[in-house]
Amino acid sequence: MLTRRALRVAGSEVVGPYTLLRVERGKLDPGIPGQFFMLEVPGRLLPRPMSLCLATSSELGFLIDPIGPGTRALCSLAAGETLRILGPLGNGFRLDVERPLLVGGGIGIAPLPYLSERLANPPAVLGFRTAWHAEAAALVPNAEVVLEPTYVTEVLPPGHDVLACGPAPMLEAVRRLTPNAQLAWEAPMACGYGACYGCAVEIDGELKRLCVEGPVLAAA
Amino acid sequence: MRLLNASGCLDALTAPDVAAGLDTFVTKTVTPLPRGGNDPVRIAETEVGMLNAIGLANPGIDAFLTHVLPRLPRPVWVSVGGFSVRDYTEICERLEGEDVAAIELNLSCPNVDEAPSGGGEVVAAARAATTKPLYAKLAPTADVAENAQAAEAAGAGGLSLVNTVKGLALDERTLRPVLARGAGGLSGPALRPLALAAVHACHQATRVPIVGMGGVSRGRDALELLAAGASDVALGTVLFSDPGAPARIRAELEAELAAHGFADPDNIVGAAHEAEASTLDLESRVGRKKGLHTRANVAG
Ligand SMILES: Cc1cc2nc3c(=O)[nH]c(=O)nc-3n(C[C@H](O)[C@H](O)[C@H](O)COP(=O)(O)OP(=O)(O)OC[C@H]3O[C@@H](n4cnc5c(N)ncnc54)[C@H](O)[C@@H]3O)c2cc1C
Ligand SMILES: Cc1cc2nc3c(=O)[nH]c(=O)nc-3n(C[C@H](O)[C@H](O)[C@H](O)COP(=O)(O)O)c2cc1C
Ligand code: FES
Repeated sequence: MLTRRALRVAGSEVVGPYTLLRVERGKLDPGIPGQFFMLEVPGRLLPRPMSLCLATSSELGFLIDPIGPGTRALCSLAAGETLRILGPLGNGFRLDVERPLLVGGGIGIAPLPYLSERLANPPAVLGFRTAWHAEAAALVPNAEVVLEPTYVTEVLPPGHDVLACGPAPMLEAVRRLTPNAQLAWEAPMACGYGACYGCAVEIDGELKRLCVEGPVLAAA
Repeated sequence: MRLLNASGCLDALTAPDVAAGLDTFVTKTVTPLPRGGNDPVRIAETEVGMLNAIGLANPGIDAFLTHVLPRLPRPVWVSVGGFSVRDYTEICERLEGEDVAAIELNLSCPNVDEAPSGGGEVVAAARAATTKPLYAKLAPTADVAENAQAAEAAGAGGLSLVNTVKGLALDERTLRPVLARGAGGLSGPALRPLALAAVHACHQATRVPIVGMGGVSRGRDALELLAAGASDVALGTVLFSDPGAPARIRAELEAELAAHGFADPDNIVGAAHEAEASTLDLESRVGRKKGLHTRANVAG
């Protein structure tokens, strides 16, 4: 059932340029890492898609980059306010991999803390623009951090099952290096459940809605 | 009154429980050939509504008939689009033997370059090509009432009002259009007063039933469209933020109707056209016009 749940904001922390928004979990299913939720934004018409960053028995955490009106409003939510959340939505990462390596770039590291926990803290390679952005690496155990002008693709150890999330150019580069990688893509989304076709991308000549068929897609 | 979805705003196959909350499902516009749609970015949000330039992305009539239509809930309306009169008649002919309750002719998509002009001509040709009820979908242009009259004269059995109007959003940093296509169709709250005016004008100008849509997000909005002259209401953009909208808006509408002394939404259709309405005597006059005993209905 596609039912939104009203959840209370438990609090939020600043993590470099990002904000970790914590909400009381209630009865919400955290889903599989890489799945996402649509978060209602106070004063805005459309909800915003967010990956789940952290899940404890009592709270869910979302790591948010304030890049526009929606994300800025989410970052300034105060403890005690409520917001309605729909999800988990879409397809997450396949967890049945032998030698997982997590790869993330910038705000694309958002789903990796939860993914890391579910895979028993595998190695990770994270790339950031500045040391300030790299403060978010503290959320991911076992992480090697590189800063621009070094890119994650320059330091990827061979022989791993890559699970990656980050900006499209990074995902394209990872795909060229590791054809079996699982990649979490982004597209602007209005609904998150297949209704608007805003997120449709062409894959193998077919039109696919990223919110339904993704956001995690096999690279090949 | 029936509650429908607005074309292009719900996929009954990926969200069957949302579609189950509606009385009739309306498909996304189907064209003769498959269309990938426009390049991303195809949606943007503004303070007052959303913009879309999806570009009639659809599998084309062949794949639609084999893979989609058989699995859709019933009753179903099929929205038909095209770039020439022949495109419309071809699809109408192919739908003739199918279990389709009505055909909505999309005469007003703002996101394709070669949309047909002369809605009346398309409706007349479609009328000759199918026995199914035809709804003409129009945008809230200044001449919407004349377009509605032309559609009615050409054989449209109903009107779907309204489609989106062109709008533009600029990126806050780069000041370039957010949508790859530049402008897109504006829907949501900004469209609501335009939809009301169009429904109001077309109710006066024609005698055919109207499906009202445009920015409905609460029961009150549905009530106002009914009062302006719509006999059915469709939900579009609101479904994106609230997949529970069908049940919620139905319940809110019931409460609004009760507050106005009506048990049945059909009794309030066109109430805005009655002279000097006040909340108190509105009910008796509309009741008289329709020959209905609204008070008795309320009691039940
Ligand atoms: C499945 C999924 C998971 C996501 N998870 C996270 C997350 O965990 N943390 C996080 O901070 N963000 C995440 N995002 C991105 C986030 O949803 C967008 O940044 C947000 O919707 C932007 O809203 P806004 O109103 O702040 O900015 P807007 O004004 O909407 O956008 C600002 C600029 O970014 C562009 N833009 C907006 N959305 C996207 C997008 N999805 N992809 C590419 N460009 C875009 C716009 O065109 C514009 O130029 C995710 C997106 C998806 C699809
Ligand atoms: C994402 C999106 C896609 C749409 N696709 C179609 C379409 O394929 N055919 C059509 O006739 N109208 C289409 N519309 C217009 C809607 O059916 C409706 O007329 C309009 O959005 C106004 O209603 P609303 O304000 O409730 O959304 C679309 C609207 C949106 C937002
Ligand atoms: S976000 Fe609406 S279809 Fe994917």
